[in-house]
Amino acid sequence: MAETLVNKYTAKDFKSDQEVRWCPGCGDHAVLSSVQRALAELGISKEKFAFISGIGCSSRFPYYMDTYGFHSIHGRASAIASGVKTANPELSVWQITGDGDALAIGGNHFIHAIRRNVDLNIILFNNEIYGLTKGQYSPTSAKGLVTKTSPFGTVEEPFSVGELVIGARGKFFARTIDTNVALSVQIYIEAAKHTGTSVIEVLQNCVIFNDGIHDTVAGKEVRDDKTLILKQGQPMIFGKENDKGLILDGLKLRVVKLGENGITVKNILVHDAMEPNPGIQYMLANMSFPEYPVALGVIRSVPGPSYDNLVEDQIQEIQKTAKIKCMDDLLMSGSTWVVE
Amino acid sequence: MGKRSRVIEREEVVIRFSGDSGDGMQLTGTLFSDTAALFGNDLSTFPDYPAEIRAPQGTVGGVSGFQVHLGHSEINTPGDYSDVLVAMNPAAIKANAKWIKTGGTVIYDEGNFTEKNIEKAGYSKDPIKEERLDGYNIIAAPISALVKEALKDFGLDPKSVLRTKNMFALGMVYWLFDRKLDYTEKYFEKKFHNKPGMAEANKVALRAGYYYAETIEALSSTYKILPASIAKGTYRNIAGNAATAWGFLAASEKSGLKIFIGSYPITPATGILEELAARKDLGVKSFQAEDEIAGICTSLGASFAGNLAITSTSGPGLALKSEAIGLAVMAELPIVIVNVQRGGPSTGLPTKTEQADLMQALYGRNGECPVVVIAASTPSDCFHFAFEAARIAVEHMTPVLLLSDSYLANGTEPWRIPSMKDLPKINPPFADRSEIPFLPYKRDEEKLTRSWAVPGTPGLEHRIGGLEKTIKGTVSYVPENHEFMVNLRAEKVARVANEIPDLVTYGDNSGDILVVGWGGSYGYLLTAVRELQTEGHKVSLVNFNYINPLPKNVKDVFSKFKKILVCELNLGQFADYLRIKHQEFRYEQLNKVQGVPFTTNNIKEKCTKMLEDK
Repeated sequence: MAETLVNKYTAKDFKSDQEVRWCPGCGDHAVLSSVQRALAELGISKEKFAFISGIGCSSRFPYYMDTYGFHSIHGRASAIASGVKTANPELSVWQITGDGDALAIGGNHFIHAIRRNVDLNIILFNNEIYGLTKGQYSPTSAKGLVTKTSPFGTVEEPFSVGELVIGARGKFFARTIDTNVALSVQIYIEAAKHTGTSVIEVLQNCVIFNDGIHDTVAGKEVRDDKTLILKQGQPMIFGKENDKGLILDGLKLRVVKLGENGITVKNILVHDAMEPNPGIQYMLANMSFPEYPVALGVIRSVPGPSYDNLVEDQIQEIQKTAKIKCMDDLLMSGSTWVVE
Repeated sequence: MGKRSRVIEREEVVIRFSGDSGDGMQLTGTLFSDTAALFGNDLSTFPDYPAEIRAPQGTVGGVSGFQVHLGHSEINTPGDYSDVLVAMNPAAIKANAKWIKTGGTVIYDEGNFTEKNIEKAGYSKDPIKEERLDGYNIIAAPISALVKEALKDFGLDPKSVLRTKNMFALGMVYWLFDRKLDYTEKYFEKKFHNKPGMAEANKVALRAGYYYAETIEALSSTYKILPASIAKGTYRNIAGNAATAWGFLAASEKSGLKIFIGSYPITPATGILEELAARKDLGVKSFQAEDEIAGICTSLGASFAGNLAITSTSGPGLALKSEAIGLAVMAELPIVIVNVQRGGPSTGLPTKTEQADLMQALYGRNGECPVVVIAASTPSDCFHFAFEAARIAVEHMTPVLLLSDSYLANGTEPWRIPSMKDLPKINPPFADRSEIPFLPYKRDEEKLTRSWAVPGTPGLEHRIGGLEKTIKGTVSYVPENHEFMVNLRAEKVARVANEIPDLVTYGDNSGDILVVGWGGSYGYLLTAVRELQTEGHKVSLVNFNYINPLPKNVKDVFSKFKKILVCELNLGQFADYLRIKHQEFRYEQLNKVQGVPFTTNNIKEKCTKMLEDK
């Protein structure tokens, strides 16, 4: 287990010699240092990490990590990472992607990686905008957002990342905020330990093209009241005064105040990320301001076999009893005849 | 067995089995060709089936055919015109009438020539008369009625009974060519080992056909095709797709690399994925991806992780893979992309053959994006060229595009089974700890190949990707660096020419016409050129397998002929390529884009005309 290993690394060991080129103030800087801190705590040898990215601001990430890295092409990181992990299940494979990379051009690969449950850790930087191409709306941009390609506001419904992950039969979904390093580190460690596809949505701020997009929930003054940090086995309580909670009212979640109308801690829902039925987790993932707090932490974490392990197992099982052990066996199998 | 009043000895013969797609013609043809191979004939086969799984019954669109060309001497093509056509319905006559040799034999199932079926096939009354086949050796056999009679005591349902019609027809053909039934009977026993009744029913139908042929007057003359003089060894029949898959498996064993195929099903390439997916016993990781792009991208990921990476596709899929091939060029990772060409553009003719993806293979990517391009030329040499493609990819750290085509993929021929000990070892250029600090784009001086540092190796952590880099692996937009790297990548591919074999000339090294082909048209070109040579013409053939880079002796070979004729199943893509690469020559063209291979006559007629126009 990771806990019993001597941690031979510090975050610094994962910093590459490359100059970090994100804009000053970009949320990516905080994600980078959170990931470096998390990796140092995992107790996995450095050469076992592979960081795979697509295209976009966040996808420059592998260059800044002193691990194996592959900065690929737009949208395809899920497929490339799936290949890396399937080829060598010993590796700890991380996919770095954004809302455009994963959900627009790469949507197909994203959902299928999740469906297969390839053991990847996918960090999805969601800033609800295209940054690298300088400010066009993305598949997560709120309806009505005015951007360079939607000068009169978008008329499209956005994707909800959690909904999509659960819809694709995902078994691990977590959400964090770029600036909350402590929570992020903890989530990355959880994700790494989870076998199967782990998707972590990072509410990330693009300081240039969509600055403050998450401030309504992530701002220092408001975040306690507008976010709910989920903890396994703990009641879903939030608020500056820890006085608010969630109950199930019929088929819907409802925010209640402790002490009002006879509500006590006992009435509050207890978080169970490991429940295979995603009903409550789905509702939690979809909670949005102003009706609800935004859920952070590990929302869903259901164990199950990973694709890459199943592939290995199948090969080993078949090889146990196989008649064909090498190429010469195959060449001579079936119908053959001899010409004298 | 039986009386044979007249036996005609023939050097070679072409037989075509044709019927509805549900009539079992592919199996019938395969059983016949396996029997011929065991007898010792050389042969070549080609299945020809519709794109629809079950096109409307009885229509020309639904005709499925299987052609076998067997001989006493070397056979290089499935043949153009058939000596014997087995037609299970009127539509089969319609589809094949113009491909029957004048005076050839037509065996048809009289019971299926109903008014309705005749009309469905587009005839008014009598297909034989309407096609002017009256003077041919026409055998109207009541096959349906005879199998019903033969199997009446089996207690089978009428459908199962009629399903043995193909075996009755096969029995007739076995008689005609004096073949033994034992191989086919053993096949039934194996296939129906759980249903001995079905095995017996098929045997009875087969024998009924054989004895029927023996009895009727029309087949009193039979053919004898002596075994061919073939090199000693152990043989098997193999189709191009299987041979391709096996070539990769052999490369995996010889390189010590685990093999990974990421692919998406597409006609006519799917067989490669299926063949490899079945080989878990040899450790194959097969990944049926969500689309063509994921096919190559998963494979490229596996290459990054140190596997022998394969992806297989056909033209439309190659188009989708273009961007990822560019990434493989930039990242300098080994991967083999197999393109089993079919008729295009767009969906085109999915089950038919063409060689029109050459320019796509060579140039169909953004930027200066050279890859090695190799083309296989016969079903069995797909094995060799798949092996070669993998060897070059790995040893030169480059993507290699292997071109096959529908005709090679599905065609079969006997193949002398190689021994693994005779194949060369493949040496992956793995980076080792002596290279710390690892510079991802530092090169071997001779081949310009970079080292392969596989994730999991301590101390060699590095980053690669699609952005232009310096030798050190740092992203760089410096103009001179980009030009330097573009040139290096081009030169790396060009240097593959140092280790590919010289072009081989079939025939004299000088003469009036040099017929030039590439890839899958080899067999037809060779057959035509040999006939021209026998007729005394100074015509020789070269067939290219290495397209990029070209062999080094092209100029030497070309310069010794008065005329050069480039034959290909497209509008002249290879001719145009040669015009770029070897501008010093004048190229004449023979092109065909009908979804079918050249006939020997196509080539001979063109050459004869060129010889006349002196």
